[in-house]
Amino acid sequence: MTAVDQHPAAAFEDNDQKPVGHGRMLRKEDPRFIRGKGRFCDDVQLPGMLHLAILRSPVAHARIVSIDTSAAEAHPKVKAVVTGAALAEMGLAWMPTLSGDVQAVLATDKVRFQGQEVAFVVAEDRYAARDALELIDVEYDLLEPVIDARRALDPSAPVIRDDLDGKRNNHVFDWETGDEAATEAVFAAADVAVTQDIVYPRVHPAPMETCGSVADYDRIDGRLTLWSTTQAPHAHRTLYAIVAGLPEHKIRVISPDLGGGFGGKVPIYPGYVCSIVASIVTGKPVKWMEDRSENLTSTGFARDYIMRGEIAATRDGRILAVRTNVLADHGAFNGVAAPVKYPAGFFGVFTGSYDLEAAYCKMTAVYTNKAPGGVAYACSFRITEAVYLIERLVDCLAYELKMDPVELRIKNFIQPEQFPYKTKTGWVYDSGDYEPTMRKAMEIAGYDELRAEQVERRARGELMGIGISFFTEAVGAGPRKDMDILGLGMADGCELRVHPTGKAVVRLSVQSQGQGHETTFAQIVAEEIGIPPADIDVVHGDTDQTPFGLGTYGSRSTPVSGAAAALVARKVRDKARLIASGMLEVSVADLEWQKGSFHVKGDPTKSVTIQDIAMRAHGAGDLPEGVEGGLEAQICYNPENLTYPHGAYICVVDIDPGTAQVKVRRFIAVDDCGTRINPMIIEGQVHGGLTDGVGMALMEMIAFDEDGNCLGGSLMDYLIPTSLEVPDWETGFTVTPSPHHPIGAKGVGESATVGSPPAIVNAVVDALKPFGIRHADMPLTPSRVWDAMRGAPQPPI
Amino acid sequence: MQVPAPLEYERATSVDHALGLLERLGSSARLLAGGHSLLPMMKLRLANPEYLIDINDLHGELGYIRMEPAQIRIGAMTRHRELLESDALAEAFPIFRDAERVIADPVVRNRGTLGGSLCQADPSEDLSAVCTTLGASCVIRNRTGERVVTMEEFHRGPYETAVEDGEMLVEIRIPVRGGGSSAYEKVERRAGDWAIVSAGAAVWLDGEVIADARVGLAAVGPNTTGLPAVSEALRGKRPSEDLYERAGALAAENCNPATDMRGSADYKRHLAKELTRRALRRSVARINEGV
Repeated sequence: MTAVDQHPAAAFEDNDQKPVGHGRMLRKEDPRFIRGKGRFCDDVQLPGMLHLAILRSPVAHARIVSIDTSAAEAHPKVKAVVTGAALAEMGLAWMPTLSGDVQAVLATDKVRFQGQEVAFVVAEDRYAARDALELIDVEYDLLEPVIDARRALDPSAPVIRDDLDGKRNNHVFDWETGDEAATEAVFAAADVAVTQDIVYPRVHPAPMETCGSVADYDRIDGRLTLWSTTQAPHAHRTLYAIVAGLPEHKIRVISPDLGGGFGGKVPIYPGYVCSIVASIVTGKPVKWMEDRSENLTSTGFARDYIMRGEIAATRDGRILAVRTNVLADHGAFNGVAAPVKYPAGFFGVFTGSYDLEAAYCKMTAVYTNKAPGGVAYACSFRITEAVYLIERLVDCLAYELKMDPVELRIKNFIQPEQFPYKTKTGWVYDSGDYEPTMRKAMEIAGYDELRAEQVERRARGELMGIGISFFTEAVGAGPRKDMDILGLGMADGCELRVHPTGKAVVRLSVQSQGQGHETTFAQIVAEEIGIPPADIDVVHGDTDQTPFGLGTYGSRSTPVSGAAAALVARKVRDKARLIASGMLEVSVADLEWQKGSFHVKGDPTKSVTIQDIAMRAHGAGDLPEGVEGGLEAQICYNPENLTYPHGAYICVVDIDPGTAQVKVRRFIAVDDCGTRINPMIIEGQVHGGLTDGVGMALMEMIAFDEDGNCLGGSLMDYLIPTSLEVPDWETGFTVTPSPHHPIGAKGVGESATVGSPPAIVNAVVDALKPFGIRHADMPLTPSRVWDAMRGAPQPPI
Repeated sequence: MQVPAPLEYERATSVDHALGLLERLGSSARLLAGGHSLLPMMKLRLANPEYLIDINDLHGELGYIRMEPAQIRIGAMTRHRELLESDALAEAFPIFRDAERVIADPVVRNRGTLGGSLCQADPSEDLSAVCTTLGASCVIRNRTGERVVTMEEFHRGPYETAVEDGEMLVEIRIPVRGGGSSAYEKVERRAGDWAIVSAGAAVWLDGEVIADARVGLAAVGPNTTGLPAVSEALRGKRPSEDLYERAGALAAENCNPATDMRGSADYKRHLAKELTRRALRRSVARINEGV
């Protein structure tokens, strides 16, 4: 990989070293994954366990006339068949979504999207459960579906959510941010204003592991244990307590090894609730694992924003204002996973990395007969859409002004001395130094040489494009005064316990879906207390074993829980200092900390290691007055602000003029996520996110036909990229620490997914410049690029 | 969850054994070769055979590539990987290696078979386009004997073949002539995907003129499509860019693509033209380069 080439050999040789703290090291969790010894939800086997399968609606919109389950119930291996009507008797037919709407667990009145849950079967094995689904006879009275969001508010459109009291239309919410009048004034006076319609199509997180759960309800002591594919076990536990009326202390949610989440495992899906009900009803453990088609057609989608963007500037390229009007397709139930005060997530950062005079956004969200969701798919709550919008608009402006897109961006960057910078939509960017990051990407790319090469190639009729994106993300939700999910503040707890022999266990409230928490968090603690990462066990993903917290998504683990881990380690170190002062018989003020030990100032030979201190803390000897035994601490960290990582991406594409196929030749990603804890893990996250971006830009889309049939129900139809579609990633970095994070770290898990689609699209559009093209919508499949080459780019819907 | 409906399964131990089972079980039985099309369809319950006759043990009997002076005989159970790796086949017809390089992925190529590919009769299937291009014939056997049909006769429509109940495809025969070469061009949305459109070409030169040429297209009609009009236009002509252009235009005129998720009908027609040109150009270049 080129990324490897660019690092001095020494940077990689230390892979096998064991830094006591931050630095490049192999992941602690990898041996079990490499050897096939991970323990995922579907690996859970319990004695007497039954299997659950869900009957789903074959149509997008219909009234349920009748359901006959008698043949399924007669199947010799079937233990239970449950319909929406049966759930309604238990008061469980509907459940709250993360955004204050309700969603049907099993349909009672109507089905509202293809793939909606209608009934479930519990049987002795998964084959019998599946066979019995075919024995359920449902009569549907078909209704006209609403598929195109642009038709949802038409007075003649059928009302999808007639379950809601007094609902007469398909309107979900209106939302606005910024100053409409001020923005209008700037636009009216501006030299140049460019308007562009931009669609971010519906895509799916498509994690390798689908969703599933194993519910085990103990009828004797009323305890429920639920293994489930969740990115937020504590939040889920609280919601189960509220929904099912089970006491929270009797519920244990375990999120075992997860095969990817990407935001898709934040919501509570009906299947989880069905497995709980099934275990309560049968008195047996019950497993539900959805298949690939169920995952793609029914679990949380992402994006689906139809945007009109406007950008105003002076003729010499000073960007003055940005305005956008968004139509958001939320599917059949508003299942957006975002802090409640942010119905459009953090879309408000659409002003990007630029110092503007005004900005305004108006958004309308609608119901359609499509799967619910609106999850933060590898982005911090709709930031992907925001970054795509502004980075496309800036390129459209560059096109109109005939300016180089890099020059235009640099000219408008927020300057380092302006931080903390409050945007026109009210976001306070914590820190940033944008131009060096941009320059570094240009240097790695050889930007000027690439532009010269492009001139030569164009003269030969070849189609080469160079695309730029520069993003600022807002990650690490978030300050609890502003951010909560269903009333649960987005703070994170952390506990650290040092054992007598100097080994330690740190218990996180967040958990990993593949991000490498077991390594990164051990390194964070190691850096603070000097115990090697190998000696620190990281416990996560089990509500009985870990302190409360809101889970892993929106790149929040390091900004929030990472801060908690550093601070709890400092608390332990503070106590260790007291004990050390007793052991060395000097005052606390006379001690100096050197990673792993305290020594007497001016006399390094008089020292005690953290391991010595741990033994003393648990030993029989005297401790300083007022100091309790043990060496452990607990905190709950409430972040003061979000963190704002940024990055400069450059993509080089070649397009075959005969077939319109796009080949991503090079991709340069320079990320600034503040303090870098484990560079190898960061690079891995960036590589994955960039690949994701290639998928969205070039091939991924959940499409529907006019009847509402999902056309992306398998991985043959919903394409995700392989190693053959991506180049060798060229990565680099700058470091601008977060001023408010205890170790200066910012989130990075989603930067590449957010930043790469506009770079790729900008590159394709740049390659098509000879055809007079200013914009073309994703996914840029060969057929759609060919349309653009003929001057007729089509929106994807 | 994706599991097949209940079924009975038997492994055939010989071609005769398989034919006996097929005759007895009739239309309720399906042969299982590589399984990369049939098993996903069964898991989605789009295919629900009552009996599955696994013929993978017949690879010894039906897995072969036999080079003969006038024809190449390929057993129906010959796997993609064997077709890909056969130097003799690549020397006679480079189109096979061209196509195999872009068929699915190594996992599929390790199991999938030539016979299975042709019997699936997917309009986008690559080896069907290759066999159409090369004027292959198909040997169909039952308990009482064999019959040989052309590719045009073999494919009767999408997912429909001339193989009747009680019969199986056992061999594919490809006529061999000197002085020729071939090539395959495919455009796909992603590596391993089905073709948006693909084109195969085979050209035989007599001195500086084209003695014969054949073009076969995938994904532009109910089955892979041979184009006699293109052959007629090419015979007796000197190869040139103008000629490829005319051949491409004929290919575009003589196909019948449909708009779907892979691309618009207009784009596919354009590809039929572009890929026909490229495949012809490459075939001729290979003759001239002696490969």
